[in-house]
Amino acid sequence: MNPTQKQFSFFPLSESSILIDFGEEISIEKNMYIHQLTEVLNAEPFPGFTEAVPAYTTLTVYYDPLAVGSSNPFQHACTRIEHAASTLRPDNSESKTVELPVCYDQEFALDIEGVANQNGLSVKEVIEKHTGQLYHVYFIGFAPGFPFLGGLDPEIATPRKQSPRRKTPAGSVGIAGKQTGVYPIDTPGGWQIIGRTPRQLLRLNDRNPSLLQPGDKVRFYPISKQEYLRQEEAEWH
Amino acid sequence: MALKIIEEGLQTSIQDMGRYGYRAAGFSVSGTMDAKAAALANIAVNNDLDQAVLEMSYVGPSITFESDTVIALAGADMAAKINGKPIQLGKPVSVKKADTLQLRTARRGLHCYLAVKGGFDVPDFLGSKSASLKDQLGGSFHGKLKAGDTLPIHFSTKTIDVSWRLSPELFDYISGKQTTIRFLEGRQYHWFSGQSLSDFTSTDYTSTPQSNRMGYRLQGIPLKRQNQEDLVTEAAGFGTIQVPPDGQPIVLMAESQPTGGYPKIGQVIQSDLSALSQIRPGQPIVFQKTTLEDALLEMNNTISELTILQRIAGKKWRELET
Repeated sequence: MNPTQKQFSFFPLSESSILIDFGEEISIEKNMYIHQLTEVLNAEPFPGFTEAVPAYTTLTVYYDPLAVGSSNPFQHACTRIEHAASTLRPDNSESKTVELPVCYDQEFALDIEGVANQNGLSVKEVIEKHTGQLYHVYFIGFAPGFPFLGGLDPEIATPRKQSPRRKTPAGSVGIAGKQTGVYPIDTPGGWQIIGRTPRQLLRLNDRNPSLLQPGDKVRFYPISKQEYLRQEEAEWH
Repeated sequence: MALKIIEEGLQTSIQDMGRYGYRAAGFSVSGTMDAKAAALANIAVNNDLDQAVLEMSYVGPSITFESDTVIALAGADMAAKINGKPIQLGKPVSVKKADTLQLRTARRGLHCYLAVKGGFDVPDFLGSKSASLKDQLGGSFHGKLKAGDTLPIHFSTKTIDVSWRLSPELFDYISGKQTTIRFLEGRQYHWFSGQSLSDFTSTDYTSTPQSNRMGYRLQGIPLKRQNQEDLVTEAAGFGTIQVPPDGQPIVLMAESQPTGGYPKIGQVIQSDLSALSQIRPGQPIVFQKTTLEDALLEMNNTISELTILQRIAGKKWRELET
């Protein structure tokens, strides 16, 4: 599909933000278009532009209404965004793939037995299905560096826990419905935890603090507890 | 050149105007809950408005000064005293080395701001000094401050006698009584039943003790939806009024996560965020719908008011310092 033919609508989320809606249906193609538009807006910001926040099917643009230079800042900003969208060309560039090691040992996989039972599978099958997919980073949200990954095998899709954990350890890999994700920091959360990665998803000294970027691909591969501990030592200390 | 926290109070942290440019990486903006009060504290000591201040919530801390400086307090009235002597909100006050500032429980409102002339000399984290109490990233000053913490300030200021102060009427928005909060239609406004939309603006919603810097949980007549569509997670922010399945609205506050999955009935206008932030548990709110045009007018008015005050205070400071 030619990206210039994409349909979208604008909604004023507040005095200083515009939500751009690309339609209800979630698709990787639509999401990649959103990231492409984000890049263009970041690279050539219009006066007053603050930041752009992608999600599954929407892009929200934040701006300073006083700096836009119009008596109707919302309309003016919409026009600038439409213009940016009109400059987009079909993007055939390859996404970056990040390989993430995960230890699925019981010690870290707090909910894996429940996930297996609820789906009528063995723990081994859950691991095979989780490592068998190439995931798409739809966006980063909920917590710093937390990736919302699409592409989960429907056979291991599992609803969130009835009541959230008060503290989910950093590195925990979880499932919520048809999504999978990784907790970069200790935080309360309701996802079903099936393993833990020793990799740090937050790089606080980097200009871009999130290891994963929207639009990246992610593949998980299983590691032993010994290997987990070795990598954790190297990564965090 | 520093000040030291002696007693930590209920919740004290360093905040500035917030951390922008990192929402796409999952960071909340954070920053002051009551930006107007923080601006007034900075204006009183002739700081730029982007200087970081101490945000002190509900029960204030006790602080000793390790050098001479000038401070100002603004926002909730915490019965502040220096060495036992009461000081007023909005007044630049000289303090000497070893003086102690003592704050108590807020009489009205929740948040009081302390600005020091010249500002706090603490490192930025991703372009801002604002602590995020939820994430606690970025080092020693990025969480709740504790007794014993010493906060460096940029420079000391010798004792100076100031005879003026900001008008106490500037703090009238912290009433402690029923407060009207204006909002714009949220993106899922029409997902709610006509009865619920009417209840939302004609009955009180009360803040509950489960409120914090991330969000204020309100209680009132449950808001019901006329459809059961699932919302695909999308952006949310400071002032977003979202409604979880139990129908009790939550207003997202300064430490809102950048995205949310609950339908949004409304968005509190920027000019009413300060009054909202000062609402205490048990205090009733009446929501009133307004338009984007009116919200922008109000925003302009608030900014003009602060700009004029800043100019007047700047002139008074230049007279004092020459």
